[in-house]
This record gives sequence, C-alpha cells and structure tokens, in this order.
Amino acid sequence: MPLGRLAAWLMLAPALLLLAGVFLLPIGWFLIGSLSELGGFAEIWEEAQDVLFSGTVGRVLLNTNGIGAIVTLLVLVIGYPVSYALSRARGFAFTAILLCIVLPYFTSTIVRTYAWMVLLGRNGLINRILLGLHLVDEPVNLLYNRTGVIIGMTYVLLPYMVLTLFAAMKAVDPKLLQAAEGMGASPVTVFRRVFMPLTLHGVIAGVLITFILAIGFFITPALMGGPGDIMIAMLIEREVELTQNWPSAAMMTIVLLAVTLILYGFYSRFAEQEAPR
Amino acid sequence: MMGPVLRATLLRALVVLLCFGLVAPIVIVAIASFSGDGYLKFPPETLSIRWYERFLGDHRWRGAIMNSLFIGVLTSIFSTVIGFLAAYALMRGQFRFKRVIAALLLTPVIVPHIITAVAIYFLSARMGLVGFRPWIAVAHTVVALPVVLVILQSALRTVDPALERAAMVCGCTRFGVFRRVVLPLALPGMVSAALFSFLTSFDELVISLFLAGIRAETLPVRIWNSLLLEVEPTIAAVSTLLIAVTATALALDALIRKFQGGPAALAAR
Repeated sequence: MPLGRLAAWLMLAPALLLLAGVFLLPIGWFLIGSLSELGGFAEIWEEAQDVLFSGTVGRVLLNTNGIGAIVTLLVLVIGYPVSYALSRARGFAFTAILLCIVLPYFTSTIVRTYAWMVLLGRNGLINRILLGLHLVDEPVNLLYNRTGVIIGMTYVLLPYMVLTLFAAMKAVDPKLLQAAEGMGASPVTVFRRVFMPLTLHGVIAGVLITFILAIGFFITPALMGGPGDIMIAMLIEREVELTQNWPSAAMMTIVLLAVTLILYGFYSRFAEQEAPR
Repeated sequence: MMGPVLRATLLRALVVLLCFGLVAPIVIVAIASFSGDGYLKFPPETLSIRWYERFLGDHRWRGAIMNSLFIGVLTSIFSTVIGFLAAYALMRGQFRFKRVIAALLLTPVIVPHIITAVAIYFLSARMGLVGFRPWIAVAHTVVALPVVLVILQSALRTVDPALERAAMVCGCTRFGVFRRVVLPLALPGMVSAALFSFLTSFDELVISLFLAGIRAETLPVRIWNSLLLEVEPTIAAVSTLLIAVTATALALDALIRKFQGGPAALAAR
C-alpha cells in the first residue's frame, strides 16, 4: 500500500526533528559557537595552525592512526577465519560461533575493557600463565601501555569485522565454488581465484568500518593506555573537561569528523556493492 | 602441501580457539565475581557473594541501577515509537531524497560518540539539562534510533503490501490497516527493536559520562569513575549484572523470533 507524500513526511517528522535538534544542531552549534569565540576567519585560521600543527596534536594524530592501523590489521587477520567458518557452518556449529561473536558484541564496551584489565594486570591470569610456563621470569607489563590498548581495542572491534565479512561471504554462491572444483581447481586455487575476489568488497568494507571506529575510540585507550597512548578522542575530552578550551576541542573535532565522514563515504560504496559477477 | 583433511582440521581448531578467546574474558569476569578472596583471582579459591553484597549494599550503586533502568526504558520507548514510524515511511513512502534521509538517519552510529557527547553537552550545559534523566534518554535515543531502524526495516520487509491492500479493499480505514495488519505482523520486530534499544542505552558510556553530572550516574558511568581509581572487585559483580542483562536480552530476542530468519543481531549490522 503506497503511502501518500504528506503521510510519509508526517511519519518521518519525529525522527528528523530528533536528529536535527539533538544531533545536527548541537554539533553545528558547538563547532561554530566555539570557533567564533576566537573572532573572525583570520584569527581562527591562525589559531588552527597553532593547535593542529603543535607537537602534542601531531603526536596524538600519529598515535591515533598508528593504533588504528595495527588494530584494523589484527582484527582482519583474526576475524577472517572466524567469518569464513561462520559462513560455512550449519545448525549447532553456526549457532555456537554466532553466539561467541554476538555476546561480546552486545556487552558494554566498558565491561569488555574491564575484563581485559583483570586478565592483563600484574597478577592477572595471562601473567600467571606466562610465569607458570616459565616463558618469563617476572610479570610482564601488559596494561597501561600500547600493548594493552591494542589487545583491548582488537577485542572490542573484532565482532564488527566478523559480521561485515560474514555478510559478504554468505552472499557467495556455493555453486561457483563447486564449479571451480569440478573443473579441477585445488582448494587453494578455489579460495585464491574465486572466493577471495568475490569477498574482497567485504574485506574493504570491514577494514574501513573497523578503522573508522578505531580512530574515534575513547573508552578502551583511556582506561588501558599509558601517558604515551593518547588518542584524538581522549584529547578532545581533555580539552572540554579539564582545560575547557572549546575552540581547540572544536578544531580537533572537525579533523576527526571530516576523516570519519570521508571514510564512511567510501565504506557505503563498498558495503552496498553487489558481489562482482 | 597440506592434505585437505589436515587443513580443514587446522581451520576448525583455529576457529574453536578464537571463539573461545572471544567469550573467555566475559565468562572469566562472571566467574571471578563470585570469588571469596581479597582480590580478583581466577580461578577463585573460595566462592562467596561478598562482592554482590557490597555492590547492592551501596546506595550509590543502587541509585546507578535505578538511573540506568529509568533511562534505558525511556530510550527504548522513544526510539521504538519514533523508529517504527520512520521505518514504515521509508518502506512504503514515495518521496524525494529518500536515500539521503535513510543514510542521514544512520549517521549517529558512524560519528564518534565523543563528538556527539561533547556537542550535546555544549548545548545541555547552557540549558541546565546536565543530570536531567529524561534528557539523557533523549540523547540516547539519537544513537539507539539507527539500531531500531535497521531492525524494523528488515522486519517490515516481510510484511506483504498485498495484505494491507486487501484490508483496504475490504473496507478497513488506513489507521485500521496500520493497527490491525501492520502492527501485529511487525510485532516480533518491534519487540527486538525495543530490547536492543534498551541495551544500547543501558550499555552506553560516553554520552552519559558528559550528561550525567552527579545526579544521574548510570551503571557504566559509575564503573568508569571507580576504574579510574582502582580495579576493585566490586566492579566484577557490576559487570556480571550487565553481562546477564545482555544475555537475557539476546535470549528473549531468540525466543521471540524462534530463529526466524536469524537473530536480530545480524540485522543490526
């Protein structure tokens, strides 16, 4: 039953009003209001150069990209076999694998971060296993440094990658793989020449979404990182909560927002793309 | 070259190991929360519920539970109602900029929560809304709405437009069609949407952190505040409560859908 234009707009109105009033408008107001404190365009431009090209922000941007890249790579390497198994599994195995992904996925980020803080502490399970196996002589520092941030973020972001890859892998027609096998291709060749190319758009979408989420991350690096692992989201929070330097928070927000939206533009092209024929 | 059987076995072992690694941290925290030892030890040497007693005996933690529940339920109601109307309009409506609007409504999941949080805080601080619980629910509705939209759009896709037309032909009014045909058919999807939007709010930290003030601390905010000081065992008990709520929501969702077309979790992607 097609819906009239007026009725459709009326039904959309509450959602659009909410989005405008509690999302778009506050973001716009925050950015414009904070920057206009500085004065005109010339002053803003000057201040922007001071803030964005300062040593601190440069280092933080480097941290953010570095951590984001490593985490994305780890998540892809770990997530690929899991998604592959999920796309092939049936019945009980499918439900079991799915549950192992979905339970962490819907558990609060702070709870997942806390779980790893317990495991990685000096007296934590990981250190006791390492000591017990005589792999190390004294407890290793796994928390409040780069290692902790990377382990925690990889764990938190893994389900996003797995579910994105799964969508692409499930769309592959099994008959294509059978046909390749029937014509004498070895399993490795089938994987490399048929399965991989058909799921490449899913890999790109998964990499983009993981990286987008990683560079905006706040909770896990703030709790598990050390003084050298400050990421851009943490710096924005500090500018607002500690120094109340709104203009500088707004400038960093613009950088983070712009990068996120550009990458999201690429993401939606790959996520919507049908598997190539 | 490896034999195919060996390769399949290796892959299976790897996947079992990785899946174990995915659930293990959550399970370990849940078990360790019942430890009777002075600090969090896994496996615990003695079992007790002392951390739960400390958790539930503290009026600030109890207050946080009430705040989380209140804000979660309100968010769930707001986002399910608003989301259902929007999802139906996007499904059946014919109007310009439909794709743009559909994409726009999903942006709150992509924009980093820190940006949304700081921006809403900027607005709220000037209007004296910090610490006002219904306002926190409104802010949570912004990030819960995309989840609801995705679930409800996939639920409405299964509602045959021919059924709606048939009801119209048989003399049902447009509102009647909505109430007697569309709503009952979309009900399982609505319940899923309500559950997952509740979870989104119940687990949300970054926005609450800025908007809670001292009056409206939610459970994640209190966990955050105490984690900044020390990794104390009471948090294991609180975490276990949050995990239990997530598990219950997933189980309810599975029960309602009876695995029809897979759990909503997949649609939520």
